[in-house]
Amino acid sequence: MIQRDLALTALRPHIEPRDLIVAVYQTCFDWLALCPRDLNYVATGAMGQASSHALGLAVGNPGRRVIVLDGDGSLLMNLGSLVTIANLRPKHFLHLVFENGVYEVNGGHPIPGAGQVAFAPMAKAAGYQHATCFTQLDTFEAALPELLGFDGPVMAVLKIIPGKSYPRDYDYIHSPAARKTFRDALNRDESN
Amino acid sequence: MSLLTPASRLLPPTGKTIITQLKMAGVRVVVSVPDIVTSDALLWPISKDSDFQLIRVCKEDEGISICAALSYSNKRALLLMQQTGLMDSLNAIRAIAMDYHLPVCMMVGLQGKAADETILESASYGVRIIPAILNVMALTNISINNDADTCKIGAAIDTAYETGDALCLLVGQSPVKSLGDE
Repeated sequence: MIQRDLALTALRPHIEPRDLIVAVYQTCFDWLALCPRDLNYVATGAMGQASSHALGLAVGNPGRRVIVLDGDGSLLMNLGSLVTIANLRPKHFLHLVFENGVYEVNGGHPIPGAGQVAFAPMAKAAGYQHATCFTQLDTFEAALPELLGFDGPVMAVLKIIPGKSYPRDYDYIHSPAARKTFRDALNRDESN
Repeated sequence: MSLLTPASRLLPPTGKTIITQLKMAGVRVVVSVPDIVTSDALLWPISKDSDFQLIRVCKEDEGISICAALSYSNKRALLLMQQTGLMDSLNAIRAIAMDYHLPVCMMVGLQGKAADETILESASYGVRIIPAILNVMALTNISINNDADTCKIGAAIDTAYETGDALCLLVGQSPVKSLGDE
């Protein structure tokens, strides 16, 4: 098992200034604390929609890398998006699924099929170009350059435990300020 | 046209005019789950029109998110679906389009509405509840029941992207490809 905060810390140095990061729930809060940046897309609104927001960003910004920090419970709510994403084949699209087997921010109840569901084979069957699963931090860390270099879409499932969890600032992620910050940064970068 | 005016008195909407309006409004991405009302005269022609990128989604709420995300990049999009998909997507619309105030533009075929009835007087429960639901959500909705109504589409989409207000265009009669085809 991988501590979530350590996985995010391992990812952080690989993030380039123009990358778009779409994050949800506790992973989002942890990421915002560990890697605050204007191009963090945090306003996904409805549970399960991160991958679809990310696809919209990828279609609108084909020259940028889009990295999704998704949850297992979230992805279960939008499994069809795997097929939609695979069908469009966004080239720079890394879908990280943080699998802890529970609805962490909704009381810690188990997801349906916890411990049985295999997300990486699902992604591969849906048409993702690459999909793999990691249970050790060092192998994930070593694979990151390759994961980010493959033609997408690519999925990496991380079997995680919480590690250090950061405060849940729901007011910020749903705020007009968060959306404006992202929008301004996206369009500022585009005009450069 | 009023929701109360019988649609049958007027010529049906034409897909050609609707597509022209979409192009005039700068829509270049269409996201869709197929809908029988708009299939022949809209979705099939759009699928063959190189001016559009068509994104086929598995479920309509994916389209809400895709259209919303595209708006951050100033890319105009339309989600084309049936009212059943609209109903299935209400939480995504509530959260993403309304709470976040993002210009998600939707065109919704009203499957089950007869051409000679109004939306509010439709024999179909699933049809006649739609305007009330959208009004409760304060979601701007415009009826496209005949060819005269189609000229409203481009301006409505422009307004949506200028104000950030979401938009729902309710297609109450199957469009024909062009007048004379009905």
